[in-house]
Amino acid sequence: MSRTLSYREALREAHREALQRDPRVFLMGEDVGRYGGSYAVSKGLLAEFGEQRVRDTPLSELGFVGAGVGAALGGARPIVEVMTVNFSLLALDAIVNSAALMRHMSGGQFGVPLVIRMATGAGRQLAAQHSHSLENWYAHVPGLRVLAPATVEDARGMLWSALQDPDPVVIFEHAQLYNLEGELPEPWTQDIAHAALRREGRDLSIVTHGGCLPKALEAARQLEGEGISAEVLDLRVLRPLDDVAIAATVAKTRRLLVVDEGWRSGSLAAELMARVVESALFYELDAPPARVCSEEVPIPYAKHLEEAALPQPAKIVAAARRLLGR
Amino acid sequence: MIDFTLPSLGADMDEGTLLEWRVVPGQAVNKGDVIAVVDTSKAAIDIEVWQPGVVHELMAQVGQKIPVGTVIARLRAPGEAAAATAPAPTAAAALPQALPPPAPVPVVVRAPPATGARPRATPAARRRAGELGVPLAGLAGSGPDGAVTLADVERARPAPAAPAAAPDRAVEMRKVIAAAMARSKREIPHYHLAEPVPMRAALDWLRAHNAAAPVTGRLLPAVLLIKAVALALREVPELNGVFVDGVFRAAPSAHVGVAISLRGGGLVAPALHDVADKPLPQLMAELGDLVQRARAFRLRSSELGDATVTVTNLGDTGVELVHGVIYPPQVALVGFGRIAERAAVEAGQVVALPMLTATLAADHRVSDGHRGAIFLARLRDRLQRPAEL
Amino acid sequence: MNDDPIRSGVIDCIRRIAPEVEPAALVHDRPLRDQVDLDSMDWLNVIVGFHQRFGVDIPEADYAKLVTLDGIVAYLRAKGAAADA
Repeated sequence: MSRTLSYREALREAHREALQRDPRVFLMGEDVGRYGGSYAVSKGLLAEFGEQRVRDTPLSELGFVGAGVGAALGGARPIVEVMTVNFSLLALDAIVNSAALMRHMSGGQFGVPLVIRMATGAGRQLAAQHSHSLENWYAHVPGLRVLAPATVEDARGMLWSALQDPDPVVIFEHAQLYNLEGELPEPWTQDIAHAALRREGRDLSIVTHGGCLPKALEAARQLEGEGISAEVLDLRVLRPLDDVAIAATVAKTRRLLVVDEGWRSGSLAAELMARVVESALFYELDAPPARVCSEEVPIPYAKHLEEAALPQPAKIVAAARRLLGR
Repeated sequence: MIDFTLPSLGADMDEGTLLEWRVVPGQAVNKGDVIAVVDTSKAAIDIEVWQPGVVHELMAQVGQKIPVGTVIARLRAPGEAAAATAPAPTAAAALPQALPPPAPVPVVVRAPPATGARPRATPAARRRAGELGVPLAGLAGSGPDGAVTLADVERARPAPAAPAAAPDRAVEMRKVIAAAMARSKREIPHYHLAEPVPMRAALDWLRAHNAAAPVTGRLLPAVLLIKAVALALREVPELNGVFVDGVFRAAPSAHVGVAISLRGGGLVAPALHDVADKPLPQLMAELGDLVQRARAFRLRSSELGDATVTVTNLGDTGVELVHGVIYPPQVALVGFGRIAERAAVEAGQVVALPMLTATLAADHRVSDGHRGAIFLARLRDRLQRPAEL
Repeated sequence: MNDDPIRSGVIDCIRRIAPEVEPAALVHDRPLRDQVDLDSMDWLNVIVGFHQRFGVDIPEADYAKLVTLDGIVAYLRAKGAAADA
């Protein structure tokens, strides 16, 4: 049993389920109520659930994320929507210094069961300040769980599990995925701990997350035509990383290619490569680990330049060929 | 004892100059009392002490430039005796030097060209090459930057060694035999005895046995001879064992070394174990297996090292008798000539009988001719009663 | 001569025990054991080989007939050797 729906619709259904099942859950953020969400995720929810459960906030990320922290401390289960990761920089203190550290600094007395959702990534010509991929900054911080749903199934299933987590969860939704249409199996997975193998292969492991997953799968299809069999691992959880799944795929293929829309320096890709190389897997490798990241420039506004700056299937295919010495 | 260190008086202060001490050793101080005046880049600052105590020692000179964190005075805590206590280890460390400006990091680090010294190979390839004994140098690399990959190493795997190894093996074997025989002649005082052995009873018994047995169950005369030797040795144990470091050790069982000639030259004498205890069909099977493996150079080390006596030339090559050379550290070698019809006297009549000549070469340090003669007599007797073998 | 299956089978059995034998060099009417180094163990294994290959039982008493290559081939043929290899 399965149905076809969009990533956006899957998120909306996940919100409806949460709002229906748990009266402590409420959604707040800029334009989530009357406007129905800047990406239309919460369209119709205000009418269905009312102003107490779907709250429009002022244009003040630090303020309303801080309020979310307070609400969670007070016993609510807020979903705070920060329009994009770009604006979350204004709320970093509330996220990193309050939400992430509360349990530690209170000696376990207080947790912050807060879910923060943010759009991330580039590809819509929103120019340098609105095109960041900063998942790696959040994946860096102890005290946070960081999720990156890249499929319709994960858009549907991850939210409820995130709300059950007694500690803060940050969910990254790549802006290019909202229109993605896909199959939602029933029942769908609600796992927020493991990576998922999206394609099996023999010659190399492409490890990726979020908006790069469709590009990686496209590249794998092209590589098959050249006789190169690529395995594709969708990380799904950026903190904590699923070391077991990563080790398993690299042990099998002996070649690692990470695809990450962040800039390479200090990236999540760098972390994945380091984990592989510092472990016993080093001796299994049949090629140095490789990565495809965004070009180390502010993301351009002009369409052709933006495309050239971001990871694309052609770049992934070329990197895979290089790994195999072709 | 309390160490009083120069505090940092400003965010960017690294050191200060001592202008003046305001206390003397032995003076009691309270919390907040000024202990010294220190000049910084901004001002002359009164330094206060934070704990009550008695000044024990002043450790800096007026006019001295002192890094922040250096111990400048030591105070006795209230109640502490004035007796000299060991100075606390100076844990005060100077502030780290300002970091050098970071070197510009190249955006892409290309691997330097591989020198001949260390071939560029992936970790997996390197390990596999080690396992296979394939040298990495000179292998073509199909991986990134020309690295040798696992597949490259597998392709370079050498073909299994050609049987042309046989000539080398023959040369080696000849050396081993030469060494053993030379040592034998050098060290072992041999004596030699010979005895004609009638073989009619044995051959009749064999013929009857083999006629009734399938072709795979047939026995050769050789196994009768070997078993007879093992049984006779029970009665003359000083011919069965080893002579090492001037001492003879009799063996509890006869492990009979069988001299087997190898195709293309060479000789080995691997042991059949516990011959006296085994029935003839079993000995036949073991002998056949031993010969086959000896010729394929697949003997076990126990077979090569365990013989307690050796039997040679089991009637095939056509010589009449064998003048044996003992394999050290054994003490005897039994030889058999060919079985041939000879004229013999039986009940006053000249008859033609199948006969062979059995010989004994033995180590005179361990046995003498009388005992050797008894052995040959027993051997001869055993071969007249083949059914009991 | 060469396409006699019994003869080639006999030579094959011999070569299994004495692989150094050159078939072309064998003289067909001289004693085999003068030309090929076969001790009594080897010879027994050759006999076993004949038995397995040709399905013929060879009693010890008949060994005297198996001296030359010609003699061996004639003996086996007379015994109804099944020539299928």
